[in-house]
Amino acid sequence: MVWSWIPGNLGLIGQLTRQNAYIGIVSAVAGLLIAVPLGIASARWRWLYPPVLSAANVIYALPSLALFVALLAYTGLSDTTVIIPLTLFSLVVILPNVVGGLRAVPDDARQAATAMGFGPLRRLAQVELPLAGPVIIAGMRVATVSSISLVSVGQLIGVGGLGYLFTDGLDRDFPTEIYVGLILIIVLALACDLLLVLARRVLTPWQRHGQSGADAAARLAWPAARAAPPRRAGQAPRGGSMP
Amino acid sequence: MYLTTRSVQRGSAASLALAVGLALAACSSSAPGNPLTPAASSGSVIVGSANFPEDELLAQIYATALAAKGVTVTDQFSIGAREVYYPEIEKGAITIIPEYNGALLATAVDPSSTAATTAQVDAQLKARLPASLEVLDPAPAQDKDSVTVTQAFAARYHLTSIAQLKPLAPSMVFGAPPEFKTRPDGQAGLRKRYGLVFKGFDALDESGPITLKALMDGQVQAADVFTTTPQILTDHLVSLADPKSDFAAQNVIPLVYRKGVNATIVNTLNAISARLTTAGLLEMDKATIVDHENYSTVATAWLKAEGLPS
Amino acid sequence: MSFLTYAWNWLRQPAQWHGAGAIPARILEQLGYSGLALLIAAVIALPLGVVIGHTGRGAFLAVSLTSAWRSIPTLGLLVLLVVVLGFSALTWLVPLVVLGIPPILVNAYEGVAGVDPGLRDAAAGVGMTRWQQVLQVEVPVALPLIIVGLRTAAIFIVSTATIAAYIGLGGLGRYIFDGLANNNYGEVAGGAVLVVLLALAVLLLSALVRHLAVPAGLRTQERRSR
Repeated sequence: MVWSWIPGNLGLIGQLTRQNAYIGIVSAVAGLLIAVPLGIASARWRWLYPPVLSAANVIYALPSLALFVALLAYTGLSDTTVIIPLTLFSLVVILPNVVGGLRAVPDDARQAATAMGFGPLRRLAQVELPLAGPVIIAGMRVATVSSISLVSVGQLIGVGGLGYLFTDGLDRDFPTEIYVGLILIIVLALACDLLLVLARRVLTPWQRHGQSGADAAARLAWPAARAAPPRRAGQAPRGGSMP
Repeated sequence: MYLTTRSVQRGSAASLALAVGLALAACSSSAPGNPLTPAASSGSVIVGSANFPEDELLAQIYATALAAKGVTVTDQFSIGAREVYYPEIEKGAITIIPEYNGALLATAVDPSSTAATTAQVDAQLKARLPASLEVLDPAPAQDKDSVTVTQAFAARYHLTSIAQLKPLAPSMVFGAPPEFKTRPDGQAGLRKRYGLVFKGFDALDESGPITLKALMDGQVQAADVFTTTPQILTDHLVSLADPKSDFAAQNVIPLVYRKGVNATIVNTLNAISARLTTAGLLEMDKATIVDHENYSTVATAWLKAEGLPS
Repeated sequence: MSFLTYAWNWLRQPAQWHGAGAIPARILEQLGYSGLALLIAAVIALPLGVVIGHTGRGAFLAVSLTSAWRSIPTLGLLVLLVVVLGFSALTWLVPLVVLGIPPILVNAYEGVAGVDPGLRDAAAGVGMTRWQQVLQVEVPVALPLIIVGLRTAAIFIVSTATIAAYIGLGGLGRYIFDGLANNNYGEVAGGAVLVVLLALAVLLLSALVRHLAVPAGLRTQERRSR
């Protein structure tokens, strides 16, 4: 590890980190923006969920490299070519959490809202979605971490953020670049993860902090301590680098 | 009451702010604009490079010199093999890319060409390139494909020329970039000109660490190692002579999108080409690949030493 | 021509199905790389997950580490190992194993931890030792979730094994990288389609395994609580 390489290359490192962060975060957010309405629909109309989930599983199984290449013809050598497949992957990760979170909203809460005169839309916006919040954010965390990590695969078509350090490090037999890339991607991903944890605390202040079960359970998309929670295929923790 | 109106409102406000902020950030992309529209005329260019260090170095040289001349340069380095970036430059999504005249001709322009010398290759290129593209002056520097073996292998069979491999080939595995298998001056060319039929073909990388490791480890007995690869010197590899000129001339040459360049750009690039020699290129390759110096540092140093804009 | 048309035209060629580097050989290579990696990941992660779930100790650590784990870029790890280790089996095994551990670990942990305390009491009450409790009660009850974890890991690994071709290895990734280098979109598309089909086959296979391995009682319980 040649530490002296770093100060001389801060510009490059900064630029690559910014590109990596941009592509990763935009993909995760876009995935969220699609997953929420889709999830609301799937929770409402149960017949919708199995086909949507199956389609999502198929997309998730596609190697990201193949998707990048397929899109080259349409979106060229731009960030968009990488953003679109990563958005799809994020969508696949977040969708089960949206559906699961909404379905886990206690009936009493729904009924209380209705009793207070909330219409369905207001109930959704002010009761159901906030209550599903922690679970959705759990999915968002997985999606963000995975997206940031997967951006590096885009380097194989020249759009890869910190992934550039991997291919150049390999080409020049220069482990320093590779270490720097690895560490920065992990740090970036964990920083975003932390931000989302903080966001959850801010956005759902009614959650008691002492609930250690909340963290672990939220990770699995179900509130803690249920005897036989209906764990469904789609609810297994997803995410991970999967080119 | 569980959900105070204020806490929910705070939550909603926060999420709204987050969404708007991200949307605004999304509008300012770091991409070099819509890749389907040609680069803005003359004033700004996009310099691309292929996915190996030498081409990135050359692209860096072009980019640095052009920037010094006041041209607005965006770089798009390390794209992929020619087969990926060629369609992009053809439609103007890239403006300039450092190329090698022989490989460009044989692969993308005219597979049936038998041109071998620099002059022949350039003439064919000028005649056959699509209307949207042109090549500028070739540099004396050449980085040719080769059939390279280890010192030990060459010594054991007293090898100096590719022709001597004919009886050995059926027991050898050959390593090269994947496109070598289908390129006309690749596997087919070796078979046609030297009668070489290898036992196997391993698709590796662009004369990079994977190819070199495979050759040194004995996973392949011969490999396509580009002639300015510094490891030829440091690892004492032997590049066999090519008497039948399977590998045509491979001068470094700027390939440009016609509508994207003006006189200043053309003159600057030609000035660079005039001073680029094989020895100079090999030295720069050693600096970047073996000594791990930055492409931009090495590029700027060379430009200064040659009295070119930097 | 659409992506699928390219793929179909390429897959139709009989030349792709016969010979040394043909599709069946590549599929076997892919399965070989994946199978070994999955096995090793399971051997590491399953016992660990079961122990954490049973004792409850280390749960917070394990779950927190999973986030960090997920952020490791497989390509980066692969490249690092090539540069540091050169070409050995470890070079492609380690990234795949690293990828497969989190889903198996977390699911095993959650499965065992989620076992009804009443069942644990009952098992202790009938005089089962700790080992017997784990092996004969907790693991079987956690089986559905364990299988989900194995399935998720299998899909990740099978898909990611395509990347082994980046360092010159075989498998279906060979078609993607070679096709890329040769501007042969048919080859790229064909390779991608094959990987998807393989992943789907893994999905189906795991559904079968689940059907066979999970006791009928647990399956009914699941269906009822849907």
